[in-house]
Amino acid sequence: MPIVNKPMTEGNPRDLFPGALEMMILESLRRQPAHGYALVQHIQQRSNNLLQVEEGSLYPALQRLLKAKLVKAEWGVSSTNRRVRTYQITVLGLSHLEQQISSFERMFEGISMVLNPGRATTS
Amino acid sequence: MDWIENIFRRRKLYNELSEEIRLHIEERTEQLMGEGMSPKEAEREARIAFGNRTLLEERSREVWQWATLESIWGDVRFALRQLRRSPGFTIAAVLTLALAIGANSVVFGILDALILRPLDVPQPQSLYTIEHGPGKDANESYPDYLDLRDRNRSFDAVALYTISTAGLDTGKDPSQVMGYEVSGNYFDALRIQPYLGRFFHRADEHGPNSAPYIVLSYAYWQSHFPDERGVVGRVVQVNKHPFTILGIAPPAFQGTLLFFFPDFWVPVVNHEQVQGTDILNGRRERMFFMALGHLKAGVTPEQAIGDLNSIGSYLEKTYPKDDANMTFALARPSLAGDLLGPPVKGFVTGLMLLSGLILLAACANLGSLFAARAADRSREIALRLALGSSRKRVLRGVFTEAVLISMAGGFLGLLGSIALLRELSAWQPIPSLPAHAPVYPDASVYMVALLLSLASGFLFGAVPVRQILRTNPYEVVKAGSTGIIAGNVGRRITVRDILLVAQIAICAVLVTASLVAVRGLVRSMHSNFGFDMQNAMLVDTNLSMAGYRLDGVPNMQRRIIDAVQTIPGVKSVGLIDLVPLAGGGTTSNVFTDQSTDLSPKNAAANPRMYKISPEYFHAAGTSLLQGRALSWHDDKSSPRVAVINQLFARSVFGSVNNALGRYYKMEDGARVQVVGIVEDGKYTQLTEDPQPAMFLPFLQSPSSQTDLVVRSERDPEQLASAIRSTLRGLDPGLPLQIQTWTDGLGIALFASRVATVALGVLGGMGAMLAVTGIFGMAAYSVSKRLREMGIRISLGAQRKEVLQAALGRPAKLLAVGSITGLILGILAARILAYIVYEANPRDPLVLAGVVLTMSLLGLLATWIPARRALSVDPLILLREE
Repeated sequence: MPIVNKPMTEGNPRDLFPGALEMMILESLRRQPAHGYALVQHIQQRSNNLLQVEEGSLYPALQRLLKAKLVKAEWGVSSTNRRVRTYQITVLGLSHLEQQISSFERMFEGISMVLNPGRATTS
Repeated sequence: MDWIENIFRRRKLYNELSEEIRLHIEERTEQLMGEGMSPKEAEREARIAFGNRTLLEERSREVWQWATLESIWGDVRFALRQLRRSPGFTIAAVLTLALAIGANSVVFGILDALILRPLDVPQPQSLYTIEHGPGKDANESYPDYLDLRDRNRSFDAVALYTISTAGLDTGKDPSQVMGYEVSGNYFDALRIQPYLGRFFHRADEHGPNSAPYIVLSYAYWQSHFPDERGVVGRVVQVNKHPFTILGIAPPAFQGTLLFFFPDFWVPVVNHEQVQGTDILNGRRERMFFMALGHLKAGVTPEQAIGDLNSIGSYLEKTYPKDDANMTFALARPSLAGDLLGPPVKGFVTGLMLLSGLILLAACANLGSLFAARAADRSREIALRLALGSSRKRVLRGVFTEAVLISMAGGFLGLLGSIALLRELSAWQPIPSLPAHAPVYPDASVYMVALLLSLASGFLFGAVPVRQILRTNPYEVVKAGSTGIIAGNVGRRITVRDILLVAQIAICAVLVTASLVAVRGLVRSMHSNFGFDMQNAMLVDTNLSMAGYRLDGVPNMQRRIIDAVQTIPGVKSVGLIDLVPLAGGGTTSNVFTDQSTDLSPKNAAANPRMYKISPEYFHAAGTSLLQGRALSWHDDKSSPRVAVINQLFARSVFGSVNNALGRYYKMEDGARVQVVGIVEDGKYTQLTEDPQPAMFLPFLQSPSSQTDLVVRSERDPEQLASAIRSTLRGLDPGLPLQIQTWTDGLGIALFASRVATVALGVLGGMGAMLAVTGIFGMAAYSVSKRLREMGIRISLGAQRKEVLQAALGRPAKLLAVGSITGLILGILAARILAYIVYEANPRDPLVLAGVVLTMSLLGLLATWIPARRALSVDPLILLREE
């Protein structure tokens, strides 16, 4: 089941995980800076293609992160000699990501306990 | 701030975004091609994988946009669409507000220009006029002024000025001009620099008539010597005395009074040459001299008053005969301090209040229109709510509509008021005076118009709020568009009812005010002035301007009287130094015959003083009650006599019957016998309390100021030219101004005329608002109940019953509102009395007028709705649903 198949809008109560896409982008960028196309590839590969992210939906999310100064962007040339805009996580982005992950984990733990009573925590 | 930066960065951000997306799709295409797809297929596949590019790009951009602004724009577009759908409502609403806001910005423009804005001189905030005594007189005598100037430690410099008239002969056309006589330090004290040439200074004064210099105003220079720089240094004749033109004042400097633009400035030390009187040494001669100056840096007005008061007690001690009550106060100079300040402030503030009421009435009007509109749209609103729109969003829409209307109205109103204020500023209300009301609108007027528009938009936009908040979508949709309204009509008192009553009450107040004003003016034209201005001409001349001195003055005056007397059709000719109600005039202290101490505090009265010829009372139509009029034998060789008015007799001699033959003393100690008593009259203003007055024979107390009253039933124009040619025959150099006495009263009637026009306009606007308000209400209630009417008519209801059903409620509200307004209007009489002469709203004619006006307005406003109610065709109506 694709969790994220449309761009999230902040504060939309019908989104299961508001900010999930942003979280995944930040996590990818923490490992290494990347441009948009590479980010999509990375997220799809890491999720074993379980997350069918509509490629373009990445961009509104990236703009939101840029605006909140959680990432910064720079034009440059990739290893394959393409002109790309590379994103890099900022210090602010790192602390934001840690907060998000811990609150996500707590939530996930809670959901797991409700869905699988009697089983120990997954993570 | 971030968002400001974002606005400027936006274009770059958007371009980068598009580029990035393009590169993304390109990269995907290339990869797919590498996997073996054809370029076309690969590109298609890449686009599908990317998703809806336009939408995603839009969403990405939205991140950077200022959410509120964008959605407000959306609201504005929606509101504009809504308003376009009901153009009648929109136009009516915009026009109503344009009128109301226009009226307010005009009145505020006047308030701003006359009261809030300081004089156009450098550092106006430290400039003060010195006033003295309990009556806050701004008139100082010249010797007192010199003491104030030299003994104070609080002012940088104290200057003096007085308004003066002179015959100015520049070699082109000799004419009578008005300007200032000023102290030598005047321009320096005010920190004004000449436009051309130089100004005179304190060092130029060396005693009486020592400084024959004249400075011309820029306007006078431009109109008489357009751009002629050579006039500086030229010698001109001022009352036949040679004066040198020293320089031209800068264009922006128009004297130290707001209303009065002088043509020239001459040194006051030359007063004798300019006015023909030698009063500079008289400590009691307080003839319109006004002292003013800049406070020294760091000196507060309170400190300055303390300083002046210590000079005052020195003056009282040193000159007990001349100076009493020398306590001082400071005032703003622009309205001649407390001379004009309080009445002008009172009048303009009163107008501001009334125009504020107009705006309130307009808001009440629009508020009920909006409430009706919201009721009409209850189905639409219910649908929107049911479809998930929030109430906040619906309310925002309503407020957006209200503010759009109010801004449009405000803009139109402001345009109108700017035009009107420009007209007013150019207007010269009294042709014989260089007096203007410079009320050019400035930024603060625009600001106020904007704020008023916004505020009134929110005010009337707020009326339907409760209605919308209470809307229950389910109920409305179930009941249909008419359900809820029908439930309300005729039962409860609604907000709209209260608004309509308030609006009508306000309008009734305005109608009352304007009727009171008109009635007051009519009455003031017919009240007893103590003279009869019908069939009388005034001839205003000044013998000192024509070069007459000393004994030459009365001799010439006698020749003038004799000459005019011979003109065919002239019944009688009287001479007086200055006719009553012409503005200005003099008073003098008088003492009982027993008084030996002739200092001001012992004075028995301070009557107005007139110097007249024997025939004056006859020519002026003033009735002599007792004794005799003056005669040609009352000259310098006979004992001094006077005719007094009734109030003088009562206040000095106890009663009118007691006064004849008795004596009183003048300031100089001369004993004067009362030989006659005349009726009381009006002397300075129509609204004045009765004042004592004495009339002295001009042969005993000469004056070069000469007003002739010529009584005749001849056509005024013919008579005027006959008088002119007769007097020119005597002396071609006499400055002459000839007009009917009625026209000559322009100054005295000016204030109440202006008040009447202003109140009349506001009352008219109030009446219009009442009509639109009642019309709106009646039309609405008829349109809502058309179906019911149709059914009633088809069931056989009489016309009367239908009308009662349709219009009973508006009529009731009209009655309640009018009565409330009438009572309020009567209660506001005191405010009106401030503005209008003989304001008396309890006058039965006024009461009847208000009732009649309001009923007529009601009839007018309900006429069309009533016709509509009566012409209902039941069949058509029933078919419609």
